[in-house]
Amino acid sequence: MSRELTVIDLERRAILKASLLAGGGLALEALIPLPTLARDAVQGKRAAAHLSAFVSIAPDGTVTVVSKNPEIGQGVKTSLPMMVAEELDCDWSQVRIVQADVDQSRYGEQSAGGSTATPKNWLPMRQTGAAARAMLLQAAALKWDVPAAELTTARGRILHGASGRSLGYGEVASAAAALTPPDLDAVPLKRAEQFTIIGRPVVGVDSARIVKGAPIFGIDTRRPGMLYAVYEVSPAHGGRLVKVDIEAARRAFGVKYVLPIVGNGDADTGLADGVAIVATNWWLAEQARAKLSVEWDLTAAKGHSSKVYQAKADAAFASGAGADLRLDGDPGAKLASAAKRITARYDYPFIAHAAMEPQNCTAHYRDGRLEIWAPSQTPQRGLEALHKALGIAPETITLHLTRAGGGFGRRLMNDYMVQVAAIAKAIPGVPIQLVWSREDDIRRDYYRPGGWHSFEAGIGSKGELVAFSDHFVTFGDGRTPARGAAFNASMPPAGLIEHLRYSQSMIPTVITTGALRAPGSNALCFASQSFLDEVAHAAGTDLPGLMLDLLGSRREIAARDNGVAFDTGRARDVIERVVQISSWSQQKPGDAGGAKGFAFYFSHRGYFAEVVEASVTGRDVAVHKVWVAGDVGSQIVNPMGAENQVRGAVIDGLAQALTGQAIEFVDGVVQQSNFNDFPLARMPMTPDIEIAWVRSDKPPTGLGEPALPPVIPALTNAIFAATGTRIRSLPVRLTA
Amino acid sequence: MRYRLHINGAIHQVEAPAEMPLLWVLRNELGLVGTKYGCGKGFCGSCTVHMDGAAQRSCQLTVGSIGSAHIRTIEHIGSTALGARLQNAWLKIDVMQCGYCQAGQIMSACALLAATGTPNDDQINSAMAGNICRCGCYNRIRSAIRIAAGMQEDSRVA
Repeated sequence: MSRELTVIDLERRAILKASLLAGGGLALEALIPLPTLARDAVQGKRAAAHLSAFVSIAPDGTVTVVSKNPEIGQGVKTSLPMMVAEELDCDWSQVRIVQADVDQSRYGEQSAGGSTATPKNWLPMRQTGAAARAMLLQAAALKWDVPAAELTTARGRILHGASGRSLGYGEVASAAAALTPPDLDAVPLKRAEQFTIIGRPVVGVDSARIVKGAPIFGIDTRRPGMLYAVYEVSPAHGGRLVKVDIEAARRAFGVKYVLPIVGNGDADTGLADGVAIVATNWWLAEQARAKLSVEWDLTAAKGHSSKVYQAKADAAFASGAGADLRLDGDPGAKLASAAKRITARYDYPFIAHAAMEPQNCTAHYRDGRLEIWAPSQTPQRGLEALHKALGIAPETITLHLTRAGGGFGRRLMNDYMVQVAAIAKAIPGVPIQLVWSREDDIRRDYYRPGGWHSFEAGIGSKGELVAFSDHFVTFGDGRTPARGAAFNASMPPAGLIEHLRYSQSMIPTVITTGALRAPGSNALCFASQSFLDEVAHAAGTDLPGLMLDLLGSRREIAARDNGVAFDTGRARDVIERVVQISSWSQQKPGDAGGAKGFAFYFSHRGYFAEVVEASVTGRDVAVHKVWVAGDVGSQIVNPMGAENQVRGAVIDGLAQALTGQAIEFVDGVVQQSNFNDFPLARMPMTPDIEIAWVRSDKPPTGLGEPALPPVIPALTNAIFAATGTRIRSLPVRLTA
Repeated sequence: MRYRLHINGAIHQVEAPAEMPLLWVLRNELGLVGTKYGCGKGFCGSCTVHMDGAAQRSCQLTVGSIGSAHIRTIEHIGSTALGARLQNAWLKIDVMQCGYCQAGQIMSACALLAATGTPNDDQINSAMAGNICRCGCYNRIRSAIRIAAGMQEDSRVA
């Protein structure tokens, strides 16, 4: 077990509860002390005290596994039950998945974010399946009056080799329910070579319904008598409602209610001031928005413009190095005495998440109780927000989790949930579905914040990197960075060279910011790996060569601020693998005549090295191929889903760089509105993507995020190789 | 206004303003929620339906313009041989991640293969360019179209 998965609280023990299913069969509930990820402990956050796994076996042999986490397209509704089914040793075709409602007391933490589901659940889910299998074996042993050790299992059946007898799990499930559950830590687990489900490509459990257009997303929720709502908010971030004339909107066709709502002014709990329009059809509500006459107080947003932010960043660079985040050795002296010294500034813009399913939520308030259907990544935080913003007690709320049409970090925030609850509470007895327009979604995001970097590197006489510094200008109140705007002081080359300074300055903002897929890393990797490519060129080597030199011998480097140790050996292995599969050479053009660029990054416990081959014609960049080498531990749980996550991350990164994605502000008003001015990747730009897994001996970790960061600098480094033009600002904008 | 619409082989009566987009008739009036709202401006293709066999963005079709045209949605595409082949191909290589855009992708792919039985990559790219997949499942969508067209036997994704 790797250090990061160390169970911090050793005295807590797992509890297994077995019971008889209604209608017969075994129901097993495991309350398992959660392996507190070291990161949570470092941050002083106590993870939920336990994790629960629910598995039941019906008399007909059907295995039901409760999926507790939100499914946002990351595949967790399939991959976690695979872990249970594997150790239960049943046939995957026998397995049914049930989506859990939100219930902290039963399920502990229910969230999707940070690529944490796999590392947190890898052991407990398998233990639960193994415990159920052990109980079924024991029941069969009693029934046949033979030692349990003589029994084997395969595909949901128990076999007694000596007598040739066999039975299905369902036949002893009820008897097993009367047995004392085993010690969870003592149940034997399979070796990887015994796996029959884990490691095989498994089709997502909702896929068959998705291709038929079945109603499984939040926005598909339908309740009898339901009305549809829009929520008009201030055109500028941070604006407050002064007065509104609702009469014309109220008279509009199909409109039933128009409700001015005074929020709490707290962006975190999400109840912005606004005007709800509720109609019999969403489009009618949306049309009626034009009939509202609203006066907003926009003074808070004055001066919050992209051009002003740029000027403030320039001023921050001019005024010094900012506050130190990390100071190793004496970088100032070493930079001054280096044989060669290079400097460069990098920047990247605010970007939106733009999940395909627009933000939405459905709520029904009646008899003092609230029922909610939500596509949320953090539904439990939603309950907290409802309590804080609206005073609704969590125990009076029933919260159903729906499949979410993409998350990417946007649905870590629950503003839409608070808004619909405020509307539903004002109209008791009527189910309300709030749907944001795409324009709402682009203009009211919790954006990936922009940032600026001023790098300096000193290169020694033998071409070695002797000193490195990065002055980061980000957003924040001067003490704490805004959400999603923090630096990573463990970012390479930190820990790999002696003399290094990371420092930071902050610009205050009223713009709501947040985590976007591989938060921090998606931007920091672009800047740092692009600049290290500059260092490599200046030092007469290439970036894979420079990185391998810097990494040096195989060892673990303790983390500075995120609790996850960095394994230089695993980094070396993915770099060497991608060099091999891509036939890496920066000088020689590839088969399609393109040039190659390379980058490496370590984020969310995953090690990824990527090579992009691209060619440039005028202002157009064509990406021919991307090679990915990744190490997320010893086992890929579901190769089907895993490869999809990697391809998606690569395309996501290419889109951030190449389609022109940038959110810009004028006095707090977002200038973009829809996919015409905030573009996403489309099929014609999609390259061939080749993936190689490097299997280390570490426990498996998550894949929602870590494949994204390296693709952006691999691309910009390829553009440099192709054209000699260094891309120091995103999105890529070439002049012909 | 009252309209009699031919949708998925049945007649549906709806009362709606003439300018209401078909998308919102399907989703909010008829409970056919498989057709998805993504942008409302014809940029993303999530709301693609067939009108007399041609792929159309239902957010850009007003109910008043439908007349007697036959509309087919994702809920009914499996009743055609081509639609069923596409759905099976989608499942064979599990195209989707979040899955939200896939109804529109399948409807566009179906119109492509109905017109061009064995499209080359350029034809696939151009026919599918109007359908955004935010999760980036494009490699698999291309492969699934080739599988459904009988141009690819294996589950390779490139």
